[in-house]
Amino acid sequence: MENRDLVIIGGGPAGLAAGYGAYKAGVKDILLIERDNTLGGILNQCIHNGFGLHRFKEELTGPEYASRYEEMVKETNIEVRSNTMAIDLSDDKVITVVSSKRGLEQIKAKAVILAMGCRERSRGAISTPGARVSGIFTAGAAQKYCNIDGYLVGKRIVILGSGDIGLIMARRMTLEGAKVLADVELCPYSNGLNRNIAQCLNDFNIPLYLSYTVTDIIADEDNKRVKQVVISKVDEKKKVIPGTEIAFDCDTLLLSVGLIPENELSKKAGIELDSRTKGPLVYDNLETDKEGIFACGNVLQVHDLVDNVSMEGERAGKNAAEYLSKGERNASLIKTIPGSGIGYVCPQYIRKDSLKDDVDIFFRVRVPSSNVRLVLEKNGKEFFSIPKIKVVPSEMESIRIKKEMLPDASEITLSLKENK
Amino acid sequence: MIKEMVCINCPRGCQLKVDTDLLTVTGNTCPRGKDYGISEVTNPVRTVTSTVKITGGLIDRVSVKTNHPISKDLMTACMDEINKITVKAPIKIGDIIISNVLNTKADVVATKSVGKKNG
Amino acid sequence: MHFDVTIIGAGITGSAIAFELSKYQLKVAVLEKENDVSMKTTKANSGIIHAGYDPKPGSLMARLNVEGSQLTHDLYPLLNFHYKQIGSLVIGSTEEEHQVINDLFERGLKNGVKDLHILKTSAEVHQYDHNLASNIDYALYAPTAGIISPWELCLALAYTATINGVDFILNCEVKDITKNDKGFLISTSKGNYESTYVINCAGTHADDIYKLVLKDRKNDSFTILPCKGEYYLLDKDQGSLMNHVIFQTPTKLGKGVLVSPTVHGNLIVGPNADYEDATKDDTCTLQTSLDFVKASSLKSSANLFFGANIRNFSGIRATLKDQDDFLIEESKIVPHFINFAGIKSPGLSCGPAFGKEAIRLLEKAGLNFVEKKEFHYYRLPTFFSNMTLEEKKQAIISNPLYGQVICRCETVTEAEIINAINAPIGATTIDGIKRRTNAGMGRCQGGFCGPKVFQLLMDELKLNYDQVYQDRDGSEVVVCKTKGEK
Repeated sequence: MENRDLVIIGGGPAGLAAGYGAYKAGVKDILLIERDNTLGGILNQCIHNGFGLHRFKEELTGPEYASRYEEMVKETNIEVRSNTMAIDLSDDKVITVVSSKRGLEQIKAKAVILAMGCRERSRGAISTPGARVSGIFTAGAAQKYCNIDGYLVGKRIVILGSGDIGLIMARRMTLEGAKVLADVELCPYSNGLNRNIAQCLNDFNIPLYLSYTVTDIIADEDNKRVKQVVISKVDEKKKVIPGTEIAFDCDTLLLSVGLIPENELSKKAGIELDSRTKGPLVYDNLETDKEGIFACGNVLQVHDLVDNVSMEGERAGKNAAEYLSKGERNASLIKTIPGSGIGYVCPQYIRKDSLKDDVDIFFRVRVPSSNVRLVLEKNGKEFFSIPKIKVVPSEMESIRIKKEMLPDASEITLSLKENK
Repeated sequence: MIKEMVCINCPRGCQLKVDTDLLTVTGNTCPRGKDYGISEVTNPVRTVTSTVKITGGLIDRVSVKTNHPISKDLMTACMDEINKITVKAPIKIGDIIISNVLNTKADVVATKSVGKKNG
Repeated sequence: MHFDVTIIGAGITGSAIAFELSKYQLKVAVLEKENDVSMKTTKANSGIIHAGYDPKPGSLMARLNVEGSQLTHDLYPLLNFHYKQIGSLVIGSTEEEHQVINDLFERGLKNGVKDLHILKTSAEVHQYDHNLASNIDYALYAPTAGIISPWELCLALAYTATINGVDFILNCEVKDITKNDKGFLISTSKGNYESTYVINCAGTHADDIYKLVLKDRKNDSFTILPCKGEYYLLDKDQGSLMNHVIFQTPTKLGKGVLVSPTVHGNLIVGPNADYEDATKDDTCTLQTSLDFVKASSLKSSANLFFGANIRNFSGIRATLKDQDDFLIEESKIVPHFINFAGIKSPGLSCGPAFGKEAIRLLEKAGLNFVEKKEFHYYRLPTFFSNMTLEEKKQAIISNPLYGQVICRCETVTEAEIINAINAPIGATTIDGIKRRTNAGMGRCQGGFCGPKVFQLLMDELKLNYDQVYQDRDGSEVVVCKTKGEK
């Protein structure tokens, strides 16, 4: 069996950053496994710009951002094995990989960083009724067909979901000659960045239907392809209001209805997952509940900005390096609990006594809120509070807590409260 | 007249209020936002990102962008110019695909490298 | 082209008959309207091999169900389709339901079903399946019930028939059938065929096919009433919620909404039985039906988590207007024309028994059977994801394309996809690949592997992009190339 110090599973932005971070922190033996034939992950098909404003102080397209990290990784001695897929992971860090070139191999690692990214939710996840014919795609699949393979999946398009992927594809398909008839959003607000509403919908006069959802898909006479998509308004409880149907004659429905972290390998290793993030439960150093296995990027929590993915990745690399040189950090745990108004909190555990620095807590709120306070409580008593003018679920937030401010507690709760 | 808009320069998406007569901007949190507000009411510009046909490469499309924003009115014409081109692999990131597209002084450059497909 | 026997329809019925006939020295053809086998009812059902206590004693259903479920069990090691004999529970909580369960038990005994057993206490029932609703206190346990991949069984039977000489003619729509003294003249979209015997296995269109040969005696045909059933398919992390197939007590409409692990590790929930909104070929799902299935299933278990749904689908069963039992017989009006009509549940469970029954009917109708000297079973290749570590290692050494994973969710390799395209009845579409390899059947429903499978089909079959279909012919995946490229 091959023995390696650090194995990183995934060569997208999280894995590349993790490799770079680990190398900078002194790890000399790093193997990075990537299932595709190029590095960069999903960035390769994200040909639009808007990446890198924080990390590189420049506005880059997805492939350019990936290339920056690839260049950084090239300057290291990190071994990259592409066209190689991890198909199993044990809790004692044996990774089983397959590739055409090298066959099936098993690698024993001293530390592992999980960076497998995420998947798109499909039609089944929201149980949209109607015809089951061709012409229904997730936005990411349509993006791959368009930007890598050079195909248009449709000419007259309705998009469900106004998260960034849906918005970006509205513009992309329009630029390539398709007609995007509508972007339909279940919530009363869009989940994408304001800038994307402006430059993807408004620029092209594509109407945004808020508080609507797709309630039927109608096929052509031969029952082969989408012919019409019907949308209906929903009330505050997201229940369909009868009689509000609007029909669009189209040939394609694109779905941008959410991302799920891809944790098959994590499950195989017996790593405990957070039912809210759908990613592993982690300590403040991004280590999972299995010693020496770390997680970062979309596999841990779905991010909005790749810059944050890189920061998280580099942190994971640095922490893995520390684990390799200093061993396991044992300390009593403080559990972080999402309280009222908070969707999830990451990390889920803080090992206070072995903290070196301050700790950043990442979270998302449940609904858009203005003039609020983020409050940390121990046993119902506030010990930390910060005001926020505006917070939205579609933007990941973080607060930094000084080590000294953390109480001796087994649990702390993060909540959203009114700012009086 | 006051025009309201979202600044697209960075993910913050600040809500701007632009006075079209006085050419003043409020709501921005950085100087680029002010520039954007003014340009949007005088001469709106956009960066165009797209793909170009490529032959002999590991993939069939290479992603490109205009290396400076160009006039918003020229977006469609720019796409037409981009669509006319077919390049041959290998392409290196940064390669100029169209120089001074539509006389805008902006180049269309490759944003990824595409290697040659092995025979 | 003259055939001894022509079978119309390549679902489970037609394929099972072709399989059986291929053991004999006969010229056999199967004419299938769609571009693949198992395209209709056979691919859209619960995937259950019923034990056989449900059908009325003395009925064709009862006899063929019991025979078929045993034959399926015996064929499993030979054909290597996915199959597990996990047993079933018919659950109840009221006096009325207890009585129905007792009746089913008696019926099962009469039908010759082995090892039936009634669980008479809540404790016992919950020992068998702890996630059952707390009020369930009575159940019929049938250990011989099983779960199966229905299209896989159909494929295995069709492949075996093919390698033993049966002609599967796809994209072949039967337009007319005329009986003359030479036999039958069958006009199709692919030309004319002559046949001594015809076996009608046309599913929801069996009456339309029969009417073709009846000519001016159309009114003597049976009538097929399509009945739609809709399903939820839950993610694999829900697959272990139940240990057995869980049935509610049957009603007039049928066996009711079931909850069951699938043979691939998912959890399937459904179906309803909708006659009103059903037409013969329409497989839309309806909000009202989906809501009904969900609400109904929660009576079996409060722990069903529909947030894990990855797919909804619907299937149409062919029911007969005037009888509940199958209609399987040589036509009294047109000799040598044999109908297999109204093949609703437990049709899948009868599968291979239909083949034996066809032999019996053809013999009675005068056909001579001489066994072939050689007959080979086509064993479906083992999925890479099901191989042991050592088998995986060897597979990649023998074919490096086993090292190239295409479908991440189900760990399906390029080798398997290429093999599926080159199978005796090769896949030519995205869904054809899916049925043969499971690529696209997982959590992301083909979102990730779709473009890759698309490319592999183009390369291997030398297709243009507009010839790669999602499923049925003409269901193009992409509409054009970008930038006006041809």
